[in-house]
Amino acid sequence: MHELALSRAIVNAATRHAGGRPVSAVHVRVGAMRQAVPTSLDFCFGLASRDTACAAARLEMEPVAALLRCPDCGREWDPAPPPLVEHGELPGNGLPALPSFGCPACGAGGEVVAGGELEVDWIEVEDA
Amino acid sequence: MHRTKIRVAEDALDANQTIARANREDFDRAGVAVVNLMSAPGAGKTALLERAIEAGLGETRIGVLEGDVQGSLDADRIAHLHVPVAQLNTDPGFGGECHLDANMVRAALGELPLAELDLLAIENVGNLVCPAEFRVGEDARAMVCSVAEGEDKPLKYPLMFRSCELVCVNKIDLLPHVDADLDRLLANIEAVNPDATVLMMSARSGEGVEAWRDWLAALPRRAAASA
Repeated sequence: MHELALSRAIVNAATRHAGGRPVSAVHVRVGAMRQAVPTSLDFCFGLASRDTACAAARLEMEPVAALLRCPDCGREWDPAPPPLVEHGELPGNGLPALPSFGCPACGAGGEVVAGGELEVDWIEVEDA
Repeated sequence: MHRTKIRVAEDALDANQTIARANREDFDRAGVAVVNLMSAPGAGKTALLERAIEAGLGETRIGVLEGDVQGSLDADRIAHLHVPVAQLNTDPGFGGECHLDANMVRAALGELPLAELDLLAIENVGNLVCPAEFRVGEDARAMVCSVAEGEDKPLKYPLMFRSCELVCVNKIDLLPHVDADLDRLLANIEAVNPDATVLMMSARSGEGVEAWRDWLAALPRRAAASA
């Protein structure tokens, strides 16, 4: 549900860099840990870009997988829980699998190496 | 028509960050530490602020900035406690936003006597999603999670739980009456934010509120030490 707020921020950043020219494409890198749903972000971008330089722009989204690093032992891992088994069944104990933001080896809180991005990487503008 | 690709490589929220830094400079100049307090609607942010202020924060002079979409219900409650308070509504002028951002907070700073405060508590709009995205210039982020919300919330809103250094587990007086599994709630918080401090309390019964009050009272000293 925060995709509208994120879309406004994307439109504002792109418009600022466009220098008054119409924007034809906006390429964003979206980290897995930003909890942005691509279809929702695309829909909200269409709303947020109305009456702006980005009104006719397409939004290109490049997903970035999450990666954490342990500050103590240097181990790197993806915090995402293992995907649920087919047909939506929960694993053996009936509980949802937990993400693991603590180091699998020593339990320390991981530092974010990748996956926290919401970055306007480049835009494409139309020259007169 | 000719098209040109322009490299931007900028965080989409960079504009907000710039204003948040300006807020932070103003806070530092005034010598006031700032906590951004967040939660779902109805988790007990205002009630916990009331309990802490009623109990007294020692030497720490607190002010409160209340963020709501509409109305001054929360600010009116805090005003009864005779501490400086300002109400920030996101409805007029800010499009009814579901969160506070740095610019909104900046617009309200003139209404508070910052130089006379040691601590400013900014109570964000009740929402477990958007507020996590927008820094407002705070020193610390704290959140309230009430047991009535269920033990699964850290797993559904990891961005929020990960962005806070303190999680107040509120309404523990309701544990006998709700189905929430406290052990699993704590395990879920630990799973998404192993570094979080977790305090259990009930604004209603007063149980555990002392530790929350101590955390608030100690924040200015802690913020000054890390500045």
